[in-house]
Amino acid sequence: MKMDRVATATTNVLIVGVGGQGVIMISKVLAELCQLQGHQVKQSEVHGMAKRGGGVFSHVRFGERVWSPTIPRGEADILLALEWAESLRWLGYLRPDRGTFIADTQQIVPPFACRDRRRGAADAYARETPSEVLDQVAKGFALDAGRMAAELGNLRVANTILLGALSTALDFPAEDWRTVLVRSVPPKTKDLNLQAFEQGREWVTRAATAPAPVALRRPGGLEGPAVEVELEIIEAWCKGCDICVKMCPERCLILNREQIAELSDPAACTGCGICEWLCPDFAIAVHKRTADQVGA
Amino acid sequence: MDQLAETARLKQSTEASFRPMTGNEAIARGAWEAGVRVAAAYPGTPSTEILENVGTYPAEDLHAQWSTNEKVACDVAIGASFAGVRALTVMKHVGLNVASDALMSQTYIGVNGGLVAVVCDDPGIHSSQNEQDTRLFSRLAMIPVLEPADAQEALEFTRWAFDISENFDTPVIVRSTTRLSHTRSVVELGERSEPAPRGFLEDPSKNVMIPSHARARHPALLERETKLRAYFASPDFTPWERGDGKVGVVTLGTPYTYVKEVLPGASVLKLAASYPLANELVAEFCRSVERVFVVEELEPVIENEIRALGFEVAGKAFFPRVGELSPELVREGFEKAGILERAAEPHDWDVEPIARPPVLCAGCPHTTTYMALRSLDARVAGDIGCYTLAAVEPLRSIDTCVSMGSSIANAAGMAKTGVETKPIVATIGDSTFLHSGIPPLIDAVYNKANITVILLDNHVTAMTGGQEHPGTGRTLRGEETHRVDYEELIRSVGVTWVKTVDSYDVGAMYRTFREAVEHKGVSVVISNRPCVLDPVKIRGPVLAVRAENCIACQTCMNLGCPAISWSDEWHDGHHKVKIDAATCIGCTLCSQICPTDCIQPAAG
Ligand SMILES: Cc1ncc(C[n+]2csc(CCOP(=O)(O)OP(=O)(O)O)c2C)c(N)n1
Ligand code: SF4
Ligand code: SF4
Ligand code: SF4
Ligand code: SF4
Repeated sequence: MKMDRVATATTNVLIVGVGGQGVIMISKVLAELCQLQGHQVKQSEVHGMAKRGGGVFSHVRFGERVWSPTIPRGEADILLALEWAESLRWLGYLRPDRGTFIADTQQIVPPFACRDRRRGAADAYARETPSEVLDQVAKGFALDAGRMAAELGNLRVANTILLGALSTALDFPAEDWRTVLVRSVPPKTKDLNLQAFEQGREWVTRAATAPAPVALRRPGGLEGPAVEVELEIIEAWCKGCDICVKMCPERCLILNREQIAELSDPAACTGCGICEWLCPDFAIAVHKRTADQVGA
Repeated sequence: MDQLAETARLKQSTEASFRPMTGNEAIARGAWEAGVRVAAAYPGTPSTEILENVGTYPAEDLHAQWSTNEKVACDVAIGASFAGVRALTVMKHVGLNVASDALMSQTYIGVNGGLVAVVCDDPGIHSSQNEQDTRLFSRLAMIPVLEPADAQEALEFTRWAFDISENFDTPVIVRSTTRLSHTRSVVELGERSEPAPRGFLEDPSKNVMIPSHARARHPALLERETKLRAYFASPDFTPWERGDGKVGVVTLGTPYTYVKEVLPGASVLKLAASYPLANELVAEFCRSVERVFVVEELEPVIENEIRALGFEVAGKAFFPRVGELSPELVREGFEKAGILERAAEPHDWDVEPIARPPVLCAGCPHTTTYMALRSLDARVAGDIGCYTLAAVEPLRSIDTCVSMGSSIANAAGMAKTGVETKPIVATIGDSTFLHSGIPPLIDAVYNKANITVILLDNHVTAMTGGQEHPGTGRTLRGEETHRVDYEELIRSVGVTWVKTVDSYDVGAMYRTFREAVEHKGVSVVISNRPCVLDPVKIRGPVLAVRAENCIACQTCMNLGCPAISWSDEWHDGHHKVKIDAATCIGCTLCSQICPTDCIQPAAG
């Protein structure tokens, strides 16, 4: 049996970001607008861990009849990302042949990405640059909405700028977008939000004719010769106070049977130096040697 | 289009009787429309917003309350039903375990005023400790279960559940799932119709479950089941969508929408109730098609029952038994079954997404507790709440987490083995302590366990979004009420060693923990600071790193504070750190532990 996809009649917009960025606000505006245009709309999000700095996503689907609340993988017509690394996580949902990709280049580096404490290590944030991603998508925009919002004097309107960008990818009258937008923002910020919305729209129009390169910090490691770490524990001076054992970030020190500090897992030691720094009796020294110095 | 016509058009389409609502909002609306007078719940994702929304309807219409736990909430609702009004209780799937003792008897008793329990399952474990299937419980308890597929049905089924409850003399479960609870779509609203209170029904043979009465009630349950089977066979509840005669799908709840999405031509029998099954209708359906599939989330409940009716049926052979279903998985299942042609392989994108696990908030008062425990090298029995996040790096200082309230007795059990050499500590949140931490504390004192209990008093039920509880001194509707005095409560059960410390005083925390574990017997430390997110978002004077003095030692990074990350500067091959001013709330924990004192109030 061969079935035609009913899903082709449904438009799918996936909005993603990090907790607190306003993913839900954008998707509510979009859902309300779609409804006003006479579509059936489903908007699905999963709360729970969102507030604790995890990722947030919202599926908005509209059309004559919408069945599943979630967008099947590979069927998002638009992917709107409020944070750069999140745009990459959800790329698999975008239609490879004709999906539109809109991403803020803002980078929210999670503490999890700053875990490798070895000397010279790079952070674990996304390596892909905007141009590398834009080259892969059918249609794409990467804009620095944060900077644009800062120029407007209020960082919080970055969302509205992105909403403006989104509005260019959907076939609704701009006036209707503005009407719904004004209804969803505090009255005092109406003009500012309208201005931000316009900026987002204009940015896309401009980028379509003359794409502007977007700079993105590329988290690098430290170049230079490899270093070997050697921990010297002067047993005679150690009084077994336990401070180093407790504070070592890698949990690689122990007190041995004689109640003397001992490096239990040399491979885990990163040479961070906190034990040397904290030892009240100067019993620990962290030596770092490059290859040519080893053995010297 | 001119502006005026435009505005008129926009207005028209937002008629008051249609409103976009999440499944949870719709359930609350349905309960209000059904004339509920009393509603009680304990929060739990994804169910929490239901009672929060019930609480937005006028106080003259209904009483809504947070209870200390699900059993208490269920008993409150049962009490209201006894008194002759419609009553609602709401919980997440694991909450049903807590409430189940009451429900297992109440099913024998039946109802006076309509009694409905809304239970929200969490397939896929978005925010839970397991993915148990409430439909299995319903069979044990012989309580009918309704399963709405979208927000409109969530409203209608909730309303309807109260009628069923009264007409068939049974508690009714409305089962939602995370997906339904948190999906918003347009709902047609109705009016509230409040049935006249029935008054207490004096009938000990029904209301008092002693053995002689209960024996007579069991056959009544079986009879009720038979009647409900016939009732649910009505096409109003179990629509039969006739499609091609080759493939027939029995489905229900959100999975119904997935079936409609990927297999629009099939014959579909959409069940409104997963228990009891309308056997005869289902049999007729099975006979009418060549192949029968069951698409249901989690356990093969319907599948097994249809098989027991003597039909060949496929379900879990093609659709996973674990996790949440999706249109993709349902499509894949039908592909494997040879019903759909294989779709093209998914596109291969050349990107590498990063991990972004949830973390404790910047300035979370739980941070110090786990910092201190990490260095105490204790054996830590954890519990459920935001603080469970301290089980992973960098704090990584929780050894166990079972179910709500488990920590204290788990610790006592470890202590009683006599073989654990580390100090044994239980950590438990304030809401969890009031939920189910008090009986095990009494037990520990009674049995002379040698443990330290750390009560993480952040003045709110934080994990689920900041609900009130008896320790906050406010009710669900925000009225002031008695506020539990923890020290007094804890002393009254016989704990002699109790101390309260400021969670933001790192030194005091370390010292107090050390003292506490030296105490023989049960000692309790109350770590006291409000959550920085709820009920009020705390924003303090921001701190900043004086980069010139930072030795990149990473001690501050050990806190896991999301405001702290690496800067572009290096010290001796290691990253210096920076503080994001928009995220920092000024708790000062990092500055208290920085060995070079380089974290200071930000200038200006
Ligand atoms: C039986 C049961 N009911 C409800 C929940 C949902 N739940 C998980 S943690 C939590 C509240 C925790 O509050 P608290 O103990 O105060 O810790 P906090 O999150 O505030 O740190 C709730 C309600 C659950 N997991 N199990
Ligand atoms: S230098 Fe000291 S504190 Fe740092 S990882 Fe090595 S042993 Fe641990
Ligand atoms: S919500 Fe409150 S308790 Fe939970 S992590 Fe944030 S600060 Fe901590
Ligand atoms: S003071 Fe330090 S630990 Fe506290 S929120 Fe700010 S950066 Fe995080
Ligand atoms: S603790 Fe102080 S010195 Fe160490 S990395 Fe943090 S800011 Fe720098």
